[in-house]
Amino acid sequence: MGGSLRELRPTLVWALIGVIFTLFAPSVLQLFTIINLTTAIALAVLALSLALVWGYGGILCFGQVAFFGLGAYAYTIGAINFGGSTWAILVAVMVASAFAAALGYFIFYGRVSDVYLGVITLTVTLILYSLIRRTSGPEYKIGNALLGGFNGVSSPPLNAPWDARAILFPEQVFYVAMAALIILYVFVGWLVTTHFGRVCVAIRENETRAELLGYDTRLYKLGIFTIGAGVAAIGGVLFCNGVGRVTPDVFSLYNAALTIIWVIVGGRGTLIGPIGATFGLFYLTASLGGQSVFNNNLVLGIILILFVLLVPKGVAPTLIDWTRRRSRPAGRERRRRRARPEGGA
Amino acid sequence: MSAKARRGEAVVETRGLSMHFGGVRAVDQVDFTLYDKELRCLIGPNGAGKSTFFKCLTGQLRPTHGEVTIRGRETTGAEPHEIAGLGVGIKTQVPNVFDGVTVEENLWLAARRWHGAARARSLTAEVLERLRLGDIRRSLVGRLAHGQRQWVELGMVVAMEPWLVLLDEPAAGMTHEETARTAEIILEINEMAALIVVEHDMQFIRMISRTVTLFHEGRILMEDTMDAISADARAREIYLGRSA
Repeated sequence: MGGSLRELRPTLVWALIGVIFTLFAPSVLQLFTIINLTTAIALAVLALSLALVWGYGGILCFGQVAFFGLGAYAYTIGAINFGGSTWAILVAVMVASAFAAALGYFIFYGRVSDVYLGVITLTVTLILYSLIRRTSGPEYKIGNALLGGFNGVSSPPLNAPWDARAILFPEQVFYVAMAALIILYVFVGWLVTTHFGRVCVAIRENETRAELLGYDTRLYKLGIFTIGAGVAAIGGVLFCNGVGRVTPDVFSLYNAALTIIWVIVGGRGTLIGPIGATFGLFYLTASLGGQSVFNNNLVLGIILILFVLLVPKGVAPTLIDWTRRRSRPAGRERRRRRARPEGGA
Repeated sequence: MSAKARRGEAVVETRGLSMHFGGVRAVDQVDFTLYDKELRCLIGPNGAGKSTFFKCLTGQLRPTHGEVTIRGRETTGAEPHEIAGLGVGIKTQVPNVFDGVTVEENLWLAARRWHGAARARSLTAEVLERLRLGDIRRSLVGRLAHGQRQWVELGMVVAMEPWLVLLDEPAAGMTHEETARTAEIILEINEMAALIVVEHDMQFIRMISRTVTLFHEGRILMEDTMDAISADARAREIYLGRSA
């Protein structure tokens, strides 16, 4: 049953909208906006990874930025040493996934409860933050790459696969970023309709029952946690390309909290919600940055409080509920054909 | 005692099973045997140790002493998914269902664990029909009435096609008609599988009972038919006397 085309239809529609946007954006928007967008896309990939791990897997990982940041650092260090980006991308994904698998092994096989899972993942992130901030001396280098401590490292730009001389222009990096976001979105959208994905949702709903049916829930949680880390790492690769360097700030508490806010605002149990919320909030903070009347963080905090109080399910699930309720009297037959109510977008 | 005459293979055995919580001996040195295709009810007053005993069988609790064997394999302290992996269907006291997904999805998740995609789909349809859940198949389980949720959970147990079924208070909180229907389902399951049913409700036990094990203060007090237990003075005193 898993992964039938009908279930994937909303996902594919959004993907198509993304493709159309990708094709037309560079001819409409200014280069500065395009470069900025690349950063937003990278953050959207990060939001997508948490939407999978938390929204579908039920694992409230407070440190999703740890994998994002590790991805960014591993890419940068790899690209400096290899003199090209192709293998560096692979290394970034491997490093973040391996780190998540090791951390997740102790968390899930140690039966750490949900609250402590949040505490542990956040703590690990903050440890990485302080560790990397202290690497400013010349003795902290990996191969040819100086870690640069507080100031970070400047990231070599992406190049065409296996051709280190063909460095991509910002516009091309934008295409790559959009392509990565769309492909990962469809991949994650497909993943949650597979047997594996459906079991993860079941574990989110009731772990005891999943175990009593004979599913080894620890293994499934470890699996979705590791995959989520790999997705976040790709976000990290795109991020350091958009910004041009990677600094310890990727591991900061601010960014860790922001990721959670995107998913809360966008809505758990959907993928397009957190992606949309990331773009929305990114541009909100960007436009707030140009003025000094309101403190940025204050505005974000107020938005979070308003959402938790007024739209606790987040934007996307609330919209889905709302349109369903409106279409109910009209199309009984249509509503019946819709597979599962969970299957948002 | 006719049940004892046609005993098959022993499918569940405990030897000296004990579960202590601090100084409290919730289960104390219990030797218990269940035979193939048997339907056994565990009864006893509150705190008699039935549910604790049950949880030791299902792997939700690790016994302090003693051992559990299921079809010849020692399962003491095994994880619940390992016990379920032997083909054991388990229903807990508090309904454990997947609230956020549909009835159909709940049953499919149970069937798919043990079967390929095609068989899982047909099995899901079969169970929907057998348990008369067809009308609510697309409803979210979280929105259903208590009795229906209990049936969804029973349906998941059925969809696993187990050879041994462990049920903890399957009729708790049900109306009279719902209880009768549940008894029917349990007798149907018994055609395929051996069962252990923990229950409070005397009327319900009379509907399904063959052999009944009476727990008292963590030990097995009697093991006999319901009629024999009802007739026993000691049993009446500690348990039936209050409700009958």
